[in-house]
Amino acid sequence: VYQVFESVAKKYDVMNDSMSLGIHRVWKDILVHKMNPSPGTLLLDVAGGTGDIAFRFINYVRSVRERQLQRRLRHHQNLSWQEIAESYQEDKFKSLGDSQVVVCDINKEMLKAGKQKAQDLGYSEGLSWVLGNAEELPFDDDKFDVYTIAFGIRNVTRIDLALEEAYRVLKPGGRFLCLEFSHVSNPLISRLYDLYSFQVIPVLGEVIAGDWKSYQYLVESIRRFPPQEEFKAMIEDAGFFKVDYQNLSFGIVAIHSGFKL
Amino acid sequence: RAGRRGEEEEEEEEDEEGCYQIYPGHIRTTPLQKVLLAAGSAVMALRDPYRHDMVAVLGETTGCLALPSLRDKMKHHPEGYRILQERPRIRLSTLDMGRLQGLPDGTLGREYVRFLEDNKVSPDTRMPPKFVDDEELAYVIQRYREVHDLMHTLLGMPTNMLGEVVVKWFEAVQTGLPMCVLGAAFGPIRLSARKLQVLATELIPWAIRSGRNASFILNIYYEQRWEQPVESLREEIGIFPPP
Repeated sequence: VYQVFESVAKKYDVMNDSMSLGIHRVWKDILVHKMNPSPGTLLLDVAGGTGDIAFRFINYVRSVRERQLQRRLRHHQNLSWQEIAESYQEDKFKSLGDSQVVVCDINKEMLKAGKQKAQDLGYSEGLSWVLGNAEELPFDDDKFDVYTIAFGIRNVTRIDLALEEAYRVLKPGGRFLCLEFSHVSNPLISRLYDLYSFQVIPVLGEVIAGDWKSYQYLVESIRRFPPQEEFKAMIEDAGFFKVDYQNLSFGIVAIHSGFKL
Repeated sequence: RAGRRGEEEEEEEEDEEGCYQIYPGHIRTTPLQKVLLAAGSAVMALRDPYRHDMVAVLGETTGCLALPSLRDKMKHHPEGYRILQERPRIRLSTLDMGRLQGLPDGTLGREYVRFLEDNKVSPDTRMPPKFVDDEELAYVIQRYREVHDLMHTLLGMPTNMLGEVVVKWFEAVQTGLPMCVLGAAFGPIRLSARKLQVLATELIPWAIRSGRNASFILNIYYEQRWEQPVESLREEIGIFPPP
């Protein structure tokens, strides 16, 4: 699996857009909206590679924060100019309100690509990049408010271990969120989806990234991943409660959610 | 379901990587995939001429009609037949560069090495075929690719855009490969007006005349002719002296 992602890292984002016709952006937006993070949240994004979830998290928290500040400003309308400017100064250093996201990935190339992207897009504060294995995270117990893994868990050899690690590093009350390809039950959509996956995606891989085999692997790994209910059971086995899932795009993708109590 | 996908053509060979490969590097593709690859590689090759891999893929996916006839031409010619049997490869590991450099000026070997040095190219950068579904035809297209640099040498054309287009015209006439025809037709798009003029008035007519007059270039066992002077080889094949 490691070699697949080394060659894929650079063209990852281009390929994602081409393969999903840009829809992956919507799926990721929905994930972060479902998360509904408030300022001060500590997020661990595993297999976060090029930072898509991390950046969305930061944007979301920033806009929530801005609304908070605006509301506060309205209440301070009787203060003098200077007092308002000063309070603004303080808050400037907390545009994220102490929110933090740790992006963890097993692949150095993906992290490098992510760091570069962060720089290019102007993300500086609140981001950390850590090399690590989902099956054995380099973090202490009970540390994070939210754990996300978007399109990464199907590449883990021991999914059960990854789920256990997720449980371990989450604080009590913490939330587990997984965005992953899943099972399409509608037979017509399923046939079209299979056709597209097997006929078009490897071709896109060859034409855009010069890499047929990696994308053939991608399509096969999606088929091997357990369907919604089975994955839900696996999450429950790891100790999570209130486990639920939400299908997106007819089940092509699903968001599974669980809580550590 | 044992991991089998509901694919249209029910081709289960693609499941296992390495299984049912006709030759190392072979990737089985359905007709639909070949069409998509041809279209995609054509677009990419036009957009980014440095994507040699796309030119290669285009050649493989569109060559299904031309390649068999090329193979037959080789079969029915004594030297070509030997090439098909012995399957020589032009690679740095099989060439004795030292010996070729030591040959007198004007010989095929010396001029070939000079061409490689002047243009800073190597015979090892040719893509191996992936999408040709016949092992012998895969060799034919491989041979065509490896002989390409020798074409440059015999035609006296450098590896800039202009030179490549001229060689493509020659190859298009000689082989009829759709990839050559497309390259010959669309290559000039990126050239300046001045170059286009030279191309149209002198170089292309010469390339076409030579291509028509010359015997089939894949039927020459180049590896056995390193000592032959380029001019004599040109005469023998029927390539007119470059303008």
